[in-house]
Amino acid sequence: MEMPAPDQRTLSRRREIARALRRLLPPDAVIDRAAELSAYESDGLTAYRQTPLITVLPANRDEVAAVLRYCAEEGIKIVPRGAGTSLSGGALPLADGITLGLARLKGISGIDLANRTVTCGPGTTNLAISEAVAADGYYYAPDPSSQVACTIGGNVAENAGGVHCLKYGLTTNNLLGLELVLMGGEAVRLGGKRLDAAGLDLLGAVTGSEGLLGVITEVTVRVLRKPECAAAFLAGFGAVEDAARCVGSVIAAGIIPAGMEMMDGPAIRAAEDFIGAGYPTDAEALLIIEADGPAPEVAAASARIEEIVRACGATSFRASASEAERLAFWAGRKAAFPAVGRITPDYYCMDGTIPRGSLPRVLARISELAAHYRLAVANVFHAGDGNLHPLILYDANAPGELERAESLGADILRLCVEVGGVLTGEHGVGVEKRDLMAEVFSDDDLKHQQRLKCAFDPDGLLNPGKVFPTLHRCAELGRLHVHAGRLPHPDIERF
Amino acid sequence: MTLIEPIDEAALRDAIAEAVAARCTLAIEGGGTKRGLGRPVVADRQLSLARLSGITHYEPHELVLEAGAGTPLAEIEAALAAERQQLAFEPPDLGPLYGAPPGRRTIGGAIACNLSGARRPYAGAARDHVLGIRAVSGRGEAFASGGRVVKNVTGYDMSKLLTGSFGTLAVLSRVTVKVLPRPEAVRTALFPGADAARAAAIFAHAGSGCWEVSAAAFVPGAAAGRSGVDFVATSNGVVALRLEGSREGVMARLRALRNSLATGGATGGATEELHTARSLVFWAEVASGALLPANGAGGDMIWRLSLPPSRGPAAAARIGEILGGEAVFDWSGGLVWLALPGPGSLEAVQGQARRLRSLVEEHEGHATLMRAPEAWREDVPVFQPEAPALARLTRRVKENFDPLGVLNPGRMFEGL
Repeated sequence: MEMPAPDQRTLSRRREIARALRRLLPPDAVIDRAAELSAYESDGLTAYRQTPLITVLPANRDEVAAVLRYCAEEGIKIVPRGAGTSLSGGALPLADGITLGLARLKGISGIDLANRTVTCGPGTTNLAISEAVAADGYYYAPDPSSQVACTIGGNVAENAGGVHCLKYGLTTNNLLGLELVLMGGEAVRLGGKRLDAAGLDLLGAVTGSEGLLGVITEVTVRVLRKPECAAAFLAGFGAVEDAARCVGSVIAAGIIPAGMEMMDGPAIRAAEDFIGAGYPTDAEALLIIEADGPAPEVAAASARIEEIVRACGATSFRASASEAERLAFWAGRKAAFPAVGRITPDYYCMDGTIPRGSLPRVLARISELAAHYRLAVANVFHAGDGNLHPLILYDANAPGELERAESLGADILRLCVEVGGVLTGEHGVGVEKRDLMAEVFSDDDLKHQQRLKCAFDPDGLLNPGKVFPTLHRCAELGRLHVHAGRLPHPDIERF
Repeated sequence: MTLIEPIDEAALRDAIAEAVAARCTLAIEGGGTKRGLGRPVVADRQLSLARLSGITHYEPHELVLEAGAGTPLAEIEAALAAERQQLAFEPPDLGPLYGAPPGRRTIGGAIACNLSGARRPYAGAARDHVLGIRAVSGRGEAFASGGRVVKNVTGYDMSKLLTGSFGTLAVLSRVTVKVLPRPEAVRTALFPGADAARAAAIFAHAGSGCWEVSAAAFVPGAAAGRSGVDFVATSNGVVALRLEGSREGVMARLRALRNSLATGGATGGATEELHTARSLVFWAEVASGALLPANGAGGDMIWRLSLPPSRGPAAAARIGEILGGEAVFDWSGGLVWLALPGPGSLEAVQGQARRLRSLVEEHEGHATLMRAPEAWREDVPVFQPEAPALARLTRRVKENFDPLGVLNPGRMFEGL
């Protein structure tokens, strides 16, 4: 993965920059010793590593603004970082860039249950938000598997999902307001506790922008009343295709489950060995389906789901008999990645989304591709919304395996695009899928995305090297290409 | 004014490129039903999307529909109804508010204005249901964003940027929306004779439980009298709560909700119930501003206040004390439609708008002037004025997408 060439002048000024930052921040907030910097050299995409120039850990908005103002004036690049759990390399450092960690902007500053909102620092963990309102019967819906560690600021930057997106949406659908500091140090407030934007929906545009538009210093999210009732079902199938067809049948019946997850044979057995969730280890595919809501609705949906699943040829079916059992069903799914991690030296997690209808075909094709590259794949994914997480098993110490894994991954993503899907459903583009963006977008598509970037960060100092395969200068993007009003084909009917 | 009606996206691109080259400004319209919404646009040419019409892709099992921006919503709603599906954000028909006949609005217009109905607090706004767009920017270049799948973080979410941008950044040529199953049963419980304080108590109580209310409104006496639904018209003010779901589920939840409200002391006396057809009529009336007084009869200035829901009733009460007028509450109080009589001179109107906005801001909300005579919409900010740093950012976004300002000049903000 090629990153922008480091600016030699910035590299040579490293000590001077650290001194300047120490004038802006408390001494312990500036990290420039090699041993301490190594903690920041990668995120959840550990195949890529780079020691940052310097790491800063500001503790409030004014400190963030001071750093950004200084860096804008000096032309120094910034890489924002939450907990560093990104699976796409969104927080991969730059040799000539300052990694700006937001871990110290944590803590909940406001709970307004009358309006179902929680306001907190970007460094607050996803789970801490749910915990803060749990006693009152509320929770924050998006639940990425890393929710114990990942921060809400990172969730907003990546538009994180989770297993309950199907019914409750991604981060963007549960976010109400942000305070964002722009590269020059200016702060803007986007949204608030009300339900719609006053002007342009910049809140929506910033969500999922992967740290390229601004640095988040405060987040207001919507929390939901915990459902009165939730029931989970485990359905085992003899073939992956049967389970995939069943997913379509549930949706076609007009049911939107709170979650509908699928694991294939290797993933089922790895999870069962690790957690003992009670999964049917003889099945080749497992669906975990959850219905939640008012008790009478859950009862109605449960009966329909069982009927449909049995009609789809499930070889086993279990309904959770207690809350503990429901959580156990999910524990296996939530631990699927680490469980797979136990059976392979390394794994590479993909994140494409496809139309649900193409699930059987895509899964079959992934098996063929895996065989071609002589690698094993375990599939764990959000079947309800077609978001796949094929885990490619490989050994980084075996010569050529990483390269084969990456080629297989790229082929899988191309396959997703080919069937009408996209490269990433919830992990982000980052550095990982950057060079595949042209598979999905035309040059003009990408240029318009970059023009949004130009409105926020005209000098391109925020997180360069991520998301866009080619970086155009804003001055170049700003030019209008007009050919004296001449139309390309004046002879055909237009208006 | 020259009318341009492109027949496809290439023609739309050429029309805009040509306008850019000729330095001509364009007024953009779908069905042309909401010309009265926003600041008045003075443009050299009118660009209609009426011929970019038709459903281009609809897969009920994938819960996704794609259509040309000029497709009438009526056509889309009919196609969805045939598959027992719906647009969950319930786009309201604002045509009649501006004197246009009902049923003419387009999907592009609903998305460009981010219009959502009663289900918004519970199921999301229009912007939450847009999966992808195709558009032509004010540079005369076509671009796409998003896709046909519900879960997608590939590239920036330009769909959200364009949703609610009133055609000021780019012209939508095609939109892809998420569709959802239609509920099997619908019931609206009416609690007549309510005042604002009682409404606030009912909203709070209904929101604190597990009944999954899918709409909550308060229509005070005079506004209720304008309803075409008899129970509402004779109610002397009514709080309405809607439940949707399975047949058995809705009945059980409705019983539980009613009992809980009565036990909690939030309601008393008689209640009524609207079944499917009348429930539809009532919620459409609330969402489209149809219960507000007519122009010249106290409805010269129609405002839409967006507030944290719990603050809606108190904010409206305070505004009523100072400015008078009539209010209708949707979104559990998070949306207040406010009708004010025009105070006469422009200065008085501007003063009224400033006073209103400062009261709304005290309650963490913002105000949009939805309907007013054209002359006033030129001089009274239609959208909430932005703080300086945000206004500069908005300007930079506009300049990047429409550097010469050819698209709907001034529709949202003066000079933009």
